[in-house]
Amino acid sequence: MNFLLGAFKPACNISITFTDGKNRKQVPIKKDNGQIVMNPLFQSQETIAGKIHIDPYQGKKVEHNGVKVELLGQIEMYFDRGNFYDFTSLVRELDVPGEIYERKTYPFEFSSVEMPYETYNGVNVRLKYVLKVTVTRGYAGSIVEYQDFVVRNYVPPPPINNSIKMEVGIEDCLHIEFEYNKSKYHLKDVILGKIYFLLVRIKIKNMDLEIRRRESTGAGANTHVETETLAKFELMDGAPVRGESIPVRVFLSPYDLTPTHTNINNKFSVKYYLNLVLVDEEDRRYFKQQEITLYRLKEEAS
Amino acid sequence: MIADDDEKWLAAAMTAVKQNAFYMQRAIDSNNLKDALKFSAQMLSELRTSKLSPHKYYELYMRVFNELGTLEIFFKEETGRGCSIAELYELVQHAGNILPRLYLLCTIGSVYIKSKDVTTTDILKDLVEMCRAVQHPLRGLFLRSYLAQVTRDKLPSIVSELEGDGDAQMNALEFVLQNFTEMNKLWVRMQHQGSSREKEKREKERNELRDLVGKNLHVLSQLEGVDLGIYRDTVLPRILEQVVNCKDELAQCYLMDCIIQVFPDDFHLQTLDVLLGACPQLQPSVDIKTVLSGLMERLSNYAASSVEALPNFLQVEAFSKFNYAIGKVVEAQVDLPAAGSVTLYLFLLKFTLHVYSDRLDYVDQVLGSCVTQLSATGKLCDDKAAKQIVAFLSAPLEKYNNVVTILKLTNFPRVMEYLDHETNKAMAIIIVQSVLKNNTHISTADEVDAFFELAKGLIKDFDGAIDNEIDEEDFQEEQNFVARLVHNLYNDDPEEMSKIIFTVRKHILTGGPKRLPLTIPALVFSALKLIRRLRGGDENPFGDDSSATPKRILQLLSETVEALSDVSAPDLALRLYLQCAQAANDCELETVTYEFFTKAYLLYEEEISDSKAQITALRLIIGTLQRMRVFNVENRDILTHKATGYSARLLRKPDQCRAVYECAHLFWADECENLKDGERVVLCLKRAQRIADAVQKMTNASRGTSSTGSVALYVELLNKYLYFLEKGNTKVTGDTIKSLAELIRSETKKVESGAESFINSTLRYIEFQRQQDGGMSEKYEKIKMEWFE
Repeated sequence: MNFLLGAFKPACNISITFTDGKNRKQVPIKKDNGQIVMNPLFQSQETIAGKIHIDPYQGKKVEHNGVKVELLGQIEMYFDRGNFYDFTSLVRELDVPGEIYERKTYPFEFSSVEMPYETYNGVNVRLKYVLKVTVTRGYAGSIVEYQDFVVRNYVPPPPINNSIKMEVGIEDCLHIEFEYNKSKYHLKDVILGKIYFLLVRIKIKNMDLEIRRRESTGAGANTHVETETLAKFELMDGAPVRGESIPVRVFLSPYDLTPTHTNINNKFSVKYYLNLVLVDEEDRRYFKQQEITLYRLKEEAS
Repeated sequence: MIADDDEKWLAAAMTAVKQNAFYMQRAIDSNNLKDALKFSAQMLSELRTSKLSPHKYYELYMRVFNELGTLEIFFKEETGRGCSIAELYELVQHAGNILPRLYLLCTIGSVYIKSKDVTTTDILKDLVEMCRAVQHPLRGLFLRSYLAQVTRDKLPSIVSELEGDGDAQMNALEFVLQNFTEMNKLWVRMQHQGSSREKEKREKERNELRDLVGKNLHVLSQLEGVDLGIYRDTVLPRILEQVVNCKDELAQCYLMDCIIQVFPDDFHLQTLDVLLGACPQLQPSVDIKTVLSGLMERLSNYAASSVEALPNFLQVEAFSKFNYAIGKVVEAQVDLPAAGSVTLYLFLLKFTLHVYSDRLDYVDQVLGSCVTQLSATGKLCDDKAAKQIVAFLSAPLEKYNNVVTILKLTNFPRVMEYLDHETNKAMAIIIVQSVLKNNTHISTADEVDAFFELAKGLIKDFDGAIDNEIDEEDFQEEQNFVARLVHNLYNDDPEEMSKIIFTVRKHILTGGPKRLPLTIPALVFSALKLIRRLRGGDENPFGDDSSATPKRILQLLSETVEALSDVSAPDLALRLYLQCAQAANDCELETVTYEFFTKAYLLYEEEISDSKAQITALRLIIGTLQRMRVFNVENRDILTHKATGYSARLLRKPDQCRAVYECAHLFWADECENLKDGERVVLCLKRAQRIADAVQKMTNASRGTSSTGSVALYVELLNKYLYFLEKGNTKVTGDTIKSLAELIRSETKKVESGAESFINSTLRYIEFQRQQDGGMSEKYEKIKMEWFE
């Protein structure tokens, strides 16, 4: 049995380490099976370098037709599971065909890699980056090892960031004016604003601010849109009277948000909305949705 | 909502609070901030309920409040462990539900303030601003109440620490003011929650919550930095603005009262016009009188407690401001019932009396304002208003304790005119009682005149008034007051006194038949007193044209008493005539005396028909006549003769007998030699004896009925004889007495007379006199007799 087992085991163990692996920031990523694993974090234009160790099992030799490492950027649509679309693909040949008898280490480096898109785990779509090491073998099948890593791109604060201000209402029933201090927020930002009640004829029970994510995948007729409510934040309790102004202060940090993604590789878009919802005593909902742009601001020395 | 359900929900909520508090505590013990926040938020979520009545909600709130204390301490420790307080301040705001979030925010906020590593006022501002998010009246009220509570002990220190930093100081002030404003808004809004059916209940519940709002004012008053300037320029205007704008009766009423109670007296004094200016702007239904009365009462006490404060009152012209304000209020509140406006004036009056007790003109002014007000409404039929007016008018009486002072208030009687008869009378009684109680002397005729004008409710009937329900006893009591009163109208100067009497008479005579018998005697005696005084002094110090001669007064009395005979009180009139006669006699005015007697006799003849009354009257006549010295022989004879005649014509024989032997005295006056007609005395006695004999005969004829009568008569006669014997009437002989004695003896033997003790005393007396030294035993020598043993 032991022999047999050994026969089906891969002939070697492949591991990938990053050069600054110990210091590099790790971020949690949720895998398909729901497990959360920590993966190293990179950003675009970074050099991704490290070592690949190939460790044959005791007393075995690995014959191969070459060893290579690939850096792949992939988009996976869930309706088309298992089918990856690679938008980035870089290859480094590590070894010419030959045999490996003992642990062998290959340094590798992808310098200043262009990684325009962020890692994203959505409802219907996933964008991920992976290092793929392949020990190519002819008859026995290649030995492949993956190492995921996360990419996040930081952007400077937008030069123009207008507030959102709007008056909405239902005639002779409800008129409000709301204001959010910005239209573009970074992920640790705080939304400030106020809701001003100009006319209230309905019995309002409460008012919430929802943060909604709208993920659209595909293109044209096949466009699939999925909307989730990521946060429901109560702004007001009870019925205001005319002239009341209710403060808004929502910290974004507790929520699992990503930057807004627009038309990523023609495959998908992720947009965020603030949805102001007023609920009356009969549980009727009155709402107004406003898009906001989220961006990732470089964190101060973390 | 059913009370049972209420109870059930509360119990459920309490359990949940308890449970979450337990977990929270456990998290705190293990320094688990995240869990502590989680469970505290869950605990606070129980406060989101809408099911509880305010009362139950309060219980729940208190429970949670206690738990939050632990959390506050935990936050404090947590900051000591390196968790930045600013982070915590953000962290608690991640809570998804608004109510727990804000409770937590307030809790950490209070820690934040204490830590002093930020501008505290920024935090305060933030807190009070964020709390706007709770618009539900009940929950908002309690949340803000919590905010006030946790910041309360920190505020004064802030203000004192920020001494000199005017801006920051103002911010702290602003915080409280804003919190107050918002709380009041919520509170006022509560009334509109739910169905109108339960409005009354809701208002009651709302009233229970008022202290939550009022507490803010209390906090304001305790801020150290709040001096008069800030109070006048910021605090008061802001509060009043809110009070006026909320347009809610309950709130306005309560808050005005709050303002008055929590802030210092001198603040009120200095801002009087502002405070009063707000009053007319309040809702018409607000019970302004309570508000103003509270204020005036406070200021009154203030004035009473510190003498130094008084100049301030003058300086700020408190009176005129109040007067003006009340005028405005009355004007603004058109449908204010008369009782209300009178009450207002009542309090103003009380205030004035307290603070400006020496300013009668102010008092009069208040009365005047009240008259103006009343003139709009006309005569009062409203019981309550009438009561208030009585209180209103009584106030100066009680204060000055002197009716004379009241008489100077020209508007006083004008106010009284608006009372109905019943109340007017009650008021009159109060006035009169005041006079009697304080023994006030009213000493000029003018004052007396004015006074009677005030008391006219007692003095006379009102036109058209039907007092068929008057209790006789009460009536007499009232009139007794008037009678007693007459004696308090007094002046040492006879001239003035006589004027007073003339005035009194004028008023009393309007009293009508029921009053006169009760009041005239007082007047008569008062006048007689004056006459006696006049007689004591010079004969006529004022010359003939003076009104104060005895003669004129007597004349007046004669007319006065005549009024009595018209109202069928002849007994009384007769007595008074006789009194007058006596006075006239003392003044040696023969014709006048004679006149009085004539009148008395006429009365006797024409008006007194009851035999018992006749006996009494006759005795009085005899008694009085006996003392007359002024008459010449002729007049005296006429009168005496008449009296004797009356005596003989009495109905019952024993009465005749007695009257006749009384008449004997008419012929014998001890001190007057020419009035000792011994013969006629004996004649009278003889005649009396004859009547006694007749009585005896009648008795014998109908034996057993009144057998004692005649014996007693004989003994009485015997005594009379003895009397005259002692007085030295030579016509009384021992024989006469002896024979009388014999008669008595024989009579007593015949029958059980019942007069033994009388006889024995008489005998003992005789025995005693006989053994006396001097002339007496000599006189008795004449009547040595064997007496029956």
